[in-house]
Amino acid sequence: MIDLKSLTIALARKKLDSKEFSAVELASAYLEEIKKKNAELNAYLEVYDDVLEQAKRADDRIKKGESHPMLGIPVAVKDNILIEGKHISSASKMLQNYISSYDATVIRKLKKQGAIFLGRTNMDEFALGGSTENSAFGVTKNPHDTDRVPGGTSGGSAAAVASSMALAALGSDTGGSIRLPSAFCGTIGLKPTYGRVSRSGLMSTASSFDVIGPITKTAEDAQILFDVIKGEDVLDSTTINENAFPKNSSKKELTIGVPWELVNGEGVNPEVKENFVQALKKFESLGLKVKDIKLPNSLAQYYIINFAEVSTNLARFDGVRYGLHKNGKSLWEDYKLAKGSGFGRETRRRILLGAYVLSAGYYDAYYGKAQKAREALRKEFKDKFSTVDLILTPTSPIPAWKIGEKSNPLSMYLVDIFTVTANIVGVPAMSLPSGFTETEDKKLPLGIQFMASHGREDLLFEVGKKFEEAMKTK
Amino acid sequence: MNIKDVEALAELAKLELSTEEKESLLADMEGILSYVKQIEEVKTADIEPDYKVYNVWREDELLPRDFSKELIIEQFPTSQDGFLKVKKIL
Repeated sequence: MIDLKSLTIALARKKLDSKEFSAVELASAYLEEIKKKNAELNAYLEVYDDVLEQAKRADDRIKKGESHPMLGIPVAVKDNILIEGKHISSASKMLQNYISSYDATVIRKLKKQGAIFLGRTNMDEFALGGSTENSAFGVTKNPHDTDRVPGGTSGGSAAAVASSMALAALGSDTGGSIRLPSAFCGTIGLKPTYGRVSRSGLMSTASSFDVIGPITKTAEDAQILFDVIKGEDVLDSTTINENAFPKNSSKKELTIGVPWELVNGEGVNPEVKENFVQALKKFESLGLKVKDIKLPNSLAQYYIINFAEVSTNLARFDGVRYGLHKNGKSLWEDYKLAKGSGFGRETRRRILLGAYVLSAGYYDAYYGKAQKAREALRKEFKDKFSTVDLILTPTSPIPAWKIGEKSNPLSMYLVDIFTVTANIVGVPAMSLPSGFTETEDKKLPLGIQFMASHGREDLLFEVGKKFEEAMKTK
Repeated sequence: MNIKDVEALAELAKLELSTEEKESLLADMEGILSYVKQIEEVKTADIEPDYKVYNVWREDELLPRDFSKELIIEQFPTSQDGFLKVKKIL
């Protein structure tokens, strides 16, 4: 029996290379877990039927003496990242029967290394939401309490890793979609610097925010997976040349900035705050300096830009070339029927809101103003990172909520208060498990979030590893 | 906002909506728009919008790309001789 609970990518690599177990044995162990748990958790929308064949090919390569960080490692992939020949739906009825015609760049890189794709994971439709409740194919349940949401939008990916149904997973992050489910499920989630990981083959939600990143059990694993998927790509002109990033320079003393005004704001659960204070104490005892900084609440500008880009990106789903097709009396009616029945409620809502903020009469007041505010925030961040190395906040102001509890869309948007900022300015951010809160006899995971300046993922891995060690010793 | 505004936006976005949904969307949108209206308070008088738009050039040469033309054609709702067939628009 392989102990999947304590297994990491780093450990599996050693055991695969030393032939302690084979890739087929490892993949079979995960398939067994999926068979036991997925019916209840609904983390996977589809488990691929060629998992063991993929694993056999990995074993052949291992036998020949090949070794790559991801060779034979079983991963789950969010349902908005393309794998040629496989179904992909973005958890939407609009794409229920759609099949990818090419590989996303991150998939091509992982295939080259010999990673094994277990299946595609559930999400909020078109990555719009914060709980995975907006999936057209049913909610994913939180493995720590099945009455609660796993967070979103990459809820299936985080739930799969947290319940040992995958060793690692790929998610995508538009305003917290990797970090929020990581905090709710007790995993590590990295949102890389915008443009550091290619978006080619990732279905667009809000193109100026979107980025693919890893969901794993340790900071080291996040680093391993990130190193494989990152890099400039001719197929995505917004990717950045690796030479443009600052070279890693490790400093003796790191300074952490804490936006106390936001953290002390109303809406932050007292237990979340207490957990955050305890985490901060750990860093202080590790010798890191802490400084009070000011950060604005950026939800308004985030959502205005999100609505605008979502509305524009989703206009392509018209049922004419692919996806759900409905036959009306005219082409115009075909469009309306396909969009009306193919898109879920939250998706329709954001399409209309996007059309509103972009319309001639309101453009300047909303979208134009939000773009200016975005530029102001970028400048502010540049200043901040000249005085601190990292910014620390809780990942979410509240722990995982009960399924169906948040019926008002605005109340769910407010949960993104700490995560959206990194997407607006494009900096990397990582959510780390920081302990639990107990409610109704269930232990719910909590998370803290670090942001670093552009290209400084190395700092996130460094403090992530330090914090993991500190959490072990209590 | 009123129900006519929702209808106009739905027509622009080519969305078919039921009367009941129009009403509930109107309520949602009013709530959300009044929240994001906070954007007014951000001081941006001396900020020039900077979209950081520049061209990314490459040599004009044909590079091999792996994709399946067959899979694309197979997913056309209606096709004829490998072409996408659409309704008359004129």
